[in-house]
This record gives sequence, structure tokens and C-alpha cells, in this order.
Amino acid sequence: MFWTNLKRIIRTGIYNFRRNTTVSLASVLIMTVTLLVIGFLLFGSAVLNTSLAELRNKVDVNVTFISTAEEADILALKHSLESLPEVSLVSYVSRDQALEDFKARHANDQSILAALDELNSNPLGAILNVKAKDPSQYQGVADFLSSKNILSKAGVPIVDHVNFYQNKTAIDKLSRIIDASHRLGFGIALAFTIISLLIALNTLRLTIYMAKDEIAVMRLVGASTAYIQGPFIVVGIIYGMVAGLLTLVILLPITYWLGGVTENFFIGLNLFSYYIKHLFEIFLIIVGSGVLLGAVSSLFAIRRYLKV
Amino acid sequence: MIFFDRVSKVYPDSSVALENVTFSIEPKEFVSVVGQSGAGKTTLLKMFLAEEKPTEGTVFYESTDVHKLKKQDINDFRRKIGMIFQDFRLLPDRTVYENIAFTMEAAGRPEDEIDSDVPHVLELVDLASKAWNFPKELSGGEKQRVAIARALVNQPDIIIADEPTGNLDPVNTADIVHILKKINDLGTTVILTTHNKGIIDSLGKRVIVMDRGKIIRDDKEGKYFI
Repeated sequence: MFWTNLKRIIRTGIYNFRRNTTVSLASVLIMTVTLLVIGFLLFGSAVLNTSLAELRNKVDVNVTFISTAEEADILALKHSLESLPEVSLVSYVSRDQALEDFKARHANDQSILAALDELNSNPLGAILNVKAKDPSQYQGVADFLSSKNILSKAGVPIVDHVNFYQNKTAIDKLSRIIDASHRLGFGIALAFTIISLLIALNTLRLTIYMAKDEIAVMRLVGASTAYIQGPFIVVGIIYGMVAGLLTLVILLPITYWLGGVTENFFIGLNLFSYYIKHLFEIFLIIVGSGVLLGAVSSLFAIRRYLKV
Repeated sequence: MIFFDRVSKVYPDSSVALENVTFSIEPKEFVSVVGQSGAGKTTLLKMFLAEEKPTEGTVFYESTDVHKLKKQDINDFRRKIGMIFQDFRLLPDRTVYENIAFTMEAAGRPEDEIDSDVPHVLELVDLASKAWNFPKELSGGEKQRVAIARALVNQPDIIIADEPTGNLDPVNTADIVHILKKINDLGTTVILTTHNKGIIDSLGKRVIVMDRGKIIRDDKEGKYFI
């Protein structure tokens, strides 16, 4: 009996969807708008995360050593830094490499290059470039380095300076911006999601309100709650599926158009490539949200008309 | 079979829809309930169908208090009753065939029974040729015949017809009354509410007259008299 009833419920749901063309079209369009909002939130979150990750990547701390520091001591410190949980990467720039980099940076400044030649020796110290997992963790790294400052040869500290203290204000500010962006992004996403859910729920409530007399008749001929609810839930699911597929199609040209813009503005994130690359996950999220939204909204909307 | 035991219904605004109503209906009876608008006829039917609860008193179907039935049992109980309404109340998005089949599906009847019974009952109300039409494509009389077919198809113990001819012309009215009599002759209890004097007088069956929520007459072979 269960399978017979299920078959009948699905068949009736499909008939109702096809026969109420205007209502179905209106509901699908409203749900499409809802799902487009969810889609835009997904892309917004991707853009935000990529931008913030890129910003985080740009932040680092350089530990500059005195020119007489031994390479073995520096490498030992590098090893200690790498073992810190807050550190994601430590790269070593030798004195020679530091000189090469300096020369390359000032290739067009003959006076600096001439002054360098006159010194006859390399005045630059080696550098350890430290990247933390999160900008807020640089303070910990800096504290570690101050304690390690005693690392020295014959009482002379080998660390010349750590640029964290010069960059501290900027790093702190960036940490706060990243935190605030996350909170704001989450808040906006939540607000838009709630608004669009309410719109979709009300649309389905309206379509079910139009069928309230039919529901009363179904009750009076002895139909069970599940048998009355079933087709409305099936219709809700079909609205969600169709709206989900429509949303995925609409997102194609939109992301294609926005792809170039975001690539230039947001550090190489091409929305279209992102969309194509994550199509399967986005399909699951959008169509899944649509199906869930349709089914749950129908279930809630029909409850008040089942009291007869 | 049906027993109303001192049933009263008072709405929250203090209007009295039924007052101390007591009567019984035996199996295979044809009972007409008449009275002016607001006399309490529809409330009486709603009480019996467990659509509304009485303020006082009890409504029995056989030995069961219908207002003490659980939700699922109410569904089973309603399947024993065929309902016919003045405004037909067909499902607008379903064909004639589907409207009738729905009642059988709701009762959990198998497909092969539906396939054989629906055409049969459509023949009975002379609508076989309109099986695949939608309600909006039918005349008032045809819609009411579909409603009768829907009420009949589960072979109910009781048919309740609430002003079934209210929206029909005299020819269709006579048709509907003829069908209801035939149903009763075949052994189904029929409860009919109506304003139509001609119908009551031509039937020559039991008539309960209501006025302001009370039963004021109950005649075995009554005439329309208020």
C-alpha cells in the first residue's frame, strides 16, 4: 500500500504542477530569485575568502640577521620557527641572495649601485621570511623571536631586527578588517537567506491558500493527512528542482560576464572558472536548497488547512 | 444507526446554532431536514461529520461517539459517508474520472478496483462520455452528478446531500432527486437538506423541520411545512 500511495502522490504532484501553469511559473520564478540570492552569496563568499587569503598571504615578518651571523645558527632558528604551531612557512634568504635581490630592486639607481661597489663587501644580513597561519598570530612569533634574541655568538645577538614592530599597526588593522569582513559577510548572508526564505515560504503559502477548499473536500472524503500533504510537497520539490536548474543556467552568463571583472579586481579569481570548476558542488547546494525549501515550505504552509 | 443525544452548539459569539437536539435515523431511511437559512441544518451535518464539536450532548454512529474518534478513525468514518454539496466542491484541477478516483485512492482501494468501479459509477450517473473533462467544462447538473458519483463510488453506508439542488434548474433538480431516491431504494441511508418544497412534497418520506436550532417537527411521511 505504501508504494501504491507514494506512486499516486508523485503522479498527482506532477499533474498539479503541469496543470496549474500560471501558479507553477510564478512560484518557480520567485524560488529562482531566492536561489539566485543563495548563488550570489556563494560567489560573494568565494570572492571574500580568496581576497582575504591573498591579503593574509601578503603579510609576513622578516627577521634580519647581522652580517656576521653564521648560516648554521640561522638555519637552527629557522628549524625552531618551523616547529611553532602558528607558523605556516619560513623561507631563508641568504646574504648573497639578499644582495642580488637588493641589486635587482635598485637596478635603475646607479648611485646606490656605485655606493655598494665601493663597500667591497656585502653589507646585508641574511633574512628569515616568516608567514603565520593568521595575521593575528604574528605577535606570538615576534614574542618567540624576542626570547630567542639571546641566541648569540660570544654575547653578541645575531638578530639585527624584526620588522614586525614597524608593521605592527598595519598587521593589527588588517587582522581586524579580516575579522570584521567575515562577521559582516556572515551577517549579510544570513539576512539575505532569511529574507529570501520568507519570500519563498509566503509564495508557497499563497498557492496552498488557493487550494484550501480542495483540501477541505479531501478531508471530507476521508483522505489521510499524508495523502493530502503529499502532492503539495511533491509540487514544492518540483518547484525547487526546476528553479534550481534555472538558477544554474542563469548563473552561467552572469559569471561569464563577471569573470573578467573579478579576475582583475580580486587577485586572479575568475568567477566563471570558479563556477565551472565547482559546478557539481554548486549544483548540489542550489538544487538541494531548492528542493529542501520547496518541501519544507509546502509542509509548513499546508498545516493550517488540515485542521478540518 | 445515527443518534443525536441532546446536542447543543453555542458559538463563541453566544449565537445558538443547535439547542438540545435529539433524534435518531435508522438504516436505509431517507430523511429530509428542512428549515430556513440559519435554522441549524448545516451545523447538524457538520456535527455528524465531526467537523465541529458540540458544546453539549453526544452524536453516535452505531455505538461510537463520533467526537471521541482519533484522527485516523475519523478518516475511516468519513469514508463510510458520501457527501454531496450545493456548490459541488469538485477538485478543479482534476478530470471527472480523477475526481471520482481520488475518493477511492484516499480509501486505499487498489488500481484494478478503481479501473473497474469509476467507469461503472459514471455510467450510473450517465456521464461516461465526460470522464476526461474538467469540472469547468460541465454544466451545473453535470457537476452535481459527478459529485453524486464521487459520493457513491466507495459504496457508503450513508449519503449526505446538503442542499444539492440549490444551484440547479428544475429539470436537473428532478434528475438529482431521482438519483438520490434510486440510491436509497438500493439500501443506502440518505440525509437530504433542502429549501425546495416541491422535492419534499414529491418524496413522501420522513421530514425533520428545524427552526432556530431546534427540531420543531419530525413527521414519518411529511410535507414541506414551516
